[in-house]
Amino acid sequence: MLEIKNLKAGIDGKEILKGIDLSIQPGEVHAIMGPNGSGKSTLANVLAGRPHYEVLGGEVLYEGKDLFSMPAEERAREGVFLAMQYPVEIPGVNNTYFLKAALNAVRKHRGEEELDAMEFLQLARQKMKVVDLDESFLNRGVNEGFSGGEKKRNEIFQMAVLDPKLAILDETDSGLDIDALRIVAEGVNQLRSEKHAVLVITHYQRLLSYLVPDFVHVLANGQIVRSGGKELAMELEQKGYEWLEQEVAATS
Amino acid sequence: MNETIEQIANQEYKYGFVTDIESDVIAPGLNEDVVRLISEKKGEPEWLLEWRLKAFRHWLTMSEPAWANVRINPIDYQAIRYYSAPKQKKTLNSLDEVDPELRKTFEKLGISLEEQKRLSGVAVDAVFDSVSVATTFRVELAKRGVIFCSFSEAVREHPELVRKYLGSVVPITDNFYATLNSAVFSDGSFCYIPKGVRCPMELSTYFRINSAGTGQFERTLIVADEGAYVSYLEGCTAPMRDENQLHAAVVELVALDSATIKYSTVQNWYPGDKEGRGGIYNFVTKRGKAFRKAKVSWTQVETGSAITWKYPSCILQGDDSVGEFYSVALTNNHQQADTGTKMIHIGKNTRSTIVSKGISAGRGQNTYRGEVKIMKSAENARNYSQCDSLLLGDKCGAHTFPYIEVRNSTATMEHEASTSKIGEDQLFYCQQRGISAEDAVSMIVNGFCREVFRELPMEFAVEAQKLLGVSLEGSVG
Repeated sequence: MLEIKNLKAGIDGKEILKGIDLSIQPGEVHAIMGPNGSGKSTLANVLAGRPHYEVLGGEVLYEGKDLFSMPAEERAREGVFLAMQYPVEIPGVNNTYFLKAALNAVRKHRGEEELDAMEFLQLARQKMKVVDLDESFLNRGVNEGFSGGEKKRNEIFQMAVLDPKLAILDETDSGLDIDALRIVAEGVNQLRSEKHAVLVITHYQRLLSYLVPDFVHVLANGQIVRSGGKELAMELEQKGYEWLEQEVAATS
Repeated sequence: MNETIEQIANQEYKYGFVTDIESDVIAPGLNEDVVRLISEKKGEPEWLLEWRLKAFRHWLTMSEPAWANVRINPIDYQAIRYYSAPKQKKTLNSLDEVDPELRKTFEKLGISLEEQKRLSGVAVDAVFDSVSVATTFRVELAKRGVIFCSFSEAVREHPELVRKYLGSVVPITDNFYATLNSAVFSDGSFCYIPKGVRCPMELSTYFRINSAGTGQFERTLIVADEGAYVSYLEGCTAPMRDENQLHAAVVELVALDSATIKYSTVQNWYPGDKEGRGGIYNFVTKRGKAFRKAKVSWTQVETGSAITWKYPSCILQGDDSVGEFYSVALTNNHQQADTGTKMIHIGKNTRSTIVSKGISAGRGQNTYRGEVKIMKSAENARNYSQCDSLLLGDKCGAHTFPYIEVRNSTATMEHEASTSKIGEDQLFYCQQRGISAEDAVSMIVNGFCREVFRELPMEFAVEAQKLLGVSLEGSVG
């Protein structure tokens, strides 16, 4: 589904990703871990097409197509979803209206019929339960006055409604208490299927106890320095990142 | 992002056509004879001519105000034509007698003068250049005692009402443009809602400037008698011309005890071209006086004109009276707007609310100027003001000048202000969910204006949203 080949990327002329190789197949959940400043968020943002992030080398194929030839909205319509680390507020824009516009843009792109207001509300009510959001959320402005936890849950709610093929979670666990963490993980678990892939970016292991990955990759200094199974996350939790960074420094 | 903003900025002005119609015009220039000629053409009584002359003589002693935050090309008041009327039969017995060209014009503007307007329940008074050409639904309104007619007719048929209230809110000495209007106003709308009557439909005036070199000076007077209610709408367009044309109107609202007047404007005068050539100078004086327990509510969406200079205001004369001002002002290309409101609290327990949303794009300059005055007599007055500015691009400007004067210590004042840019983050957030950049900008701008749009009557709200170059927002919830 996603083939990342020797990807180099950065921001403001500074190279942050220094050659990433990663292959994600449908049905898989990959976790990217790493210390602050290792390039985790850069990877998420460059895949989603955020302005100012520059691709400096390599290529990324998404379902066989060149991902970087598509503008951000097209990537989204093709099924790439980014749950943001800092979801922005859009005051006065009704949550329901926003999400309905987004879903219908995606559906139109897929050649499916657009949903009318009633059909959309039915779908939304059903998906809200997954993340334990109150229905009053539908009538509020997009992220307007939401708490940190509410914003993150709203991201997962949007993901559930849009049903993306590839979901990228950029530190969705940061700032969440244990209950919210469980709810968010549960939301992602419901998306897991043979057709869906998930890329979880996180600093801590704790999310991965609820959202068990098939593969764990450690990012340090813009490169993947170690890949393994879920047990690698445990090891990192015990030993910290320093151990790995030292090991990498010794071998290079 | 800049491309999207440019696309929206460059949407063409679709009302820029000129109607080929024979007009009765007078030569450009202004002196006492011109004032007398206008009065004579309208067959006015002596008292009104005297009123005009008094205004004109006072105007000669005044100079243009220079305090507004706008750059104005000098206006040659002797080069303006002060009267232009489409030639037609003297009196119209029915709408069928309106000149077909004229009717086509209003149909092009989406204003059908036909009775099919019944469906949307809006009574329309259409003002073309200087005179009112048609007023719909007269008979139906008359059944309830509502008077809705052109100003000229009101002078002929209800002189006692006109004489009593004309100039009672905006005196002839008020300001340069209002005084000029008092001397040369040609027509406008008059409306009277009798005691205790809730006007059964929205009343609406549609203003159109057609002739070149003509100024439009209309006068609107609305009187809501005790306990009455009326919602009034005003729309305006003009052809595209290279020269600047002056529009100096006066609107007076009188809300007697326990009456409510809701006045909504969607102003879309020609804004000039991308280089800032041409466009309307919209220098308008609008003011309402609220007596005991009365309410005056202004809602305006200002998207047109090269320069907008207007401050719809409320004099809260009576105890427990309420004033409201909801405004969206959009300036684009080289447009300039200096707009806001004045809330004068005189009575006890008077309340006022101000919500102003300024949007600047291109090289547009947008100024909010507001004054809240709490007089000594105004025990327990309350004001809430909120002024938000939104910037699109990096060549535009937003300015806020709130003046507050409190002479009674029991007053409660709240003021909030914000300035924001449509952030790349907001835009990216929308795009990452599959929404195109263009739709995203529309959505964000609409969201910004939501508090004001919800004050507009339904069909006007739709027009306002379209005007901002946006797709419909809020179809749910």
